[in-house]
Amino acid sequence: MPMKISNEQFKERVSKGIHDDFMRGAVSSAQDGMGVKRRIAAEELGNWEDWRSHGEEIRQHVLENLDYYLEQLSNNVAKRGGHVFFAQTKEEANDYIRGIVREKQAKKIVKSKSMVTEEISLNHVLEQEGCEVIETDLGEYILQIDDHDPPSHIVVPALHKNKEQIRDVFTEKLGYTKTSKPEELAAHAREKLRQEYLTADIGITGCNFAVAETGSFSLVTNEGNADLVTALPKTQITVMGMERIVPTFEEMEVLVSLLTRSAVGQKLTSYITVLTGPKEELNVDGPEEFHLVIVDNGRSNILGGEFQSVLQCIRCAACVNACPVYRHVGGHSYGSIYAGPIGAVLSPLLGGYDEFKELPYASSLCGACTEVCPVKIPLHNLLLKHREVIVEKEGKAPISEKLAMKAFGLGAASPTLYKIGSKLAPTAMSPFKDGDKISKGPGPLKAWTEIREFPAPNKERFRDWFKNREEGGK
Amino acid sequence: MRVSLFATCLVDLFQSNVGKATVELLERLGCEIDFPESQVCCGQPAYNSGYTKESKEAMKRMIDTFKDAEYIVCPSGSCAFMFHEYQHVFKGDPVWEPKAKKLAQKTYELTQFIVDVLKVEDVGARLEGKATYHTSCHMTRLLGVKEAPMKLLKNVKGLDFTELPGKEQCCGFGGTFSVKMAQISEQMVDEKVCHVEETDADYLIGADAGCLMNIGGRIDRKGKPIKVLHIAEVLNSR
Repeated sequence: MPMKISNEQFKERVSKGIHDDFMRGAVSSAQDGMGVKRRIAAEELGNWEDWRSHGEEIRQHVLENLDYYLEQLSNNVAKRGGHVFFAQTKEEANDYIRGIVREKQAKKIVKSKSMVTEEISLNHVLEQEGCEVIETDLGEYILQIDDHDPPSHIVVPALHKNKEQIRDVFTEKLGYTKTSKPEELAAHAREKLRQEYLTADIGITGCNFAVAETGSFSLVTNEGNADLVTALPKTQITVMGMERIVPTFEEMEVLVSLLTRSAVGQKLTSYITVLTGPKEELNVDGPEEFHLVIVDNGRSNILGGEFQSVLQCIRCAACVNACPVYRHVGGHSYGSIYAGPIGAVLSPLLGGYDEFKELPYASSLCGACTEVCPVKIPLHNLLLKHREVIVEKEGKAPISEKLAMKAFGLGAASPTLYKIGSKLAPTAMSPFKDGDKISKGPGPLKAWTEIREFPAPNKERFRDWFKNREEGGK
Repeated sequence: MRVSLFATCLVDLFQSNVGKATVELLERLGCEIDFPESQVCCGQPAYNSGYTKESKEAMKRMIDTFKDAEYIVCPSGSCAFMFHEYQHVFKGDPVWEPKAKKLAQKTYELTQFIVDVLKVEDVGARLEGKATYHTSCHMTRLLGVKEAPMKLLKNVKGLDFTELPGKEQCCGFGGTFSVKMAQISEQMVDEKVCHVEETDADYLIGADAGCLMNIGGRIDRKGKPIKVLHIAEVLNSR
């Protein structure tokens, strides 16, 4: 699945989202539940703001010294007998992985959840090679068997489906005959998946954090699927975005503490898997061959620029869970595998403004995202920064808006023009007035008054009242 | 104490009653009010739409307008925050950055000024009825003013106060967002209105004209019997 998940226009996608009652019910109850759990988990840890600052510091330090840590990481992976490949583009990453598949004559591949492999459309490439690719994260598995329904959330990819819908997918695609109880659904998926692990030729994983000092990488899951993906197949390929590094285990512990609490309100997830290279002589399980694919795919263009802080992201989705816009439109409306505030910042950077120019405007700039981000990415400021780039550098803003803002610039900056304009407002608006309100406004007011009343300008401006009062000696 | 009022363009044009209440309230608390006439809009509509260049002219005008002020008080958390934001907009500008910093240091949102500077928590107001309060996003998250309005409202005699469910959720105003993304904004404001109705309140109180215009406009359109009041009006009622 590529980063772009829809050919529909933004407005159509939003309209579809807004009218999808099932999805909206699922999203709002998930947001409410996860919001409360996140807050409790943060309070339990104590000094949450200090933890956030520490997390930010670690991420910034890594980004400032990324060249150093990438070299250290790759040297240490190589020392432990692993292969490291730097892919500048998604094509390079896919070509490299395709090469391994061909060399191993692989037929079946099991995967644990990975956003970066979605970003580079790896599954599509593998399927073209004739491989059977099986997603083992339950959410991803549901979407995969439902004719490749795109993910709508970076942590909970099938968030937009409720349990009845999932039961229906299982019934139709897997011959499932039981109820919509989550335990029964999960047990069925587990049974199906177990056989796949045992017969897979290659296991592919993402990476939550790679530890530069040891050449290890970690996976944070609640299902244990990543353990099986990395333990059973003979060949393992781990794909990571180039920024997902920590210097040592000490920093990893801080970030994992922030990640699990922010993502799902847990102190720790059920599994935190750490692996270092291929299996050694005395190991019972683990891959015989290990490949680490480090993907750039536009990230180095972000480094050093005004959007660098977006690379601090640890993919917890706390911003998604707090976002009032996401709440009403759902993940698919964003048209990108990266939804919510982080998606609205990241998608135009990785996928271009042509595809994703509406996303930075899909925010009321309420700041809920920035407030919850565990590594203090100023998300709403970055959205604002995007708008500035769209207007000033990309020239992609509508002409009517440009003219209006030009007029604003002149009018707002000149007290004389402002005074004349505001004095004339009641007269100019009088044809549209209905008592003290405007119910059908002209021009830009039309969109406002389709939903709400707009107040008619006061006959006496505040400034006139004040002046009269001063002159009349109060 | 001399206070320069930054009324905001919404109050100047559409809600002069909020401006009047602010003046009367502050005078009763012993302040001498001045309204610098050359004040215009703070530039936020253009700035938040990405038109930084255009908005800078308005910002410079405002900095000059208020350069001699001792205290600047604004009956809007969002517009007061904008004055605090200028220093970041002019970062690196040798002339305007220092001026913008000075402006920020003396700018307060109305309730923040009353509680933190005047050190008053009971302004002697009285209003009978059931009320709830909308915590505006820019005021709470960006300007960081959370407690002051609550402290003041708690001391309004006759007011039966109920907390608004989902109070931290944005009402869907967001300046130009409300028209640019009208479909989404509608869903947000509808949820807000539902929450207000759940409280069974006679009054919805807020401290930001923008949010109140949005929620109030939707309440009106739906014909709900809820009166929308700015906190200045509540604190000025006796």
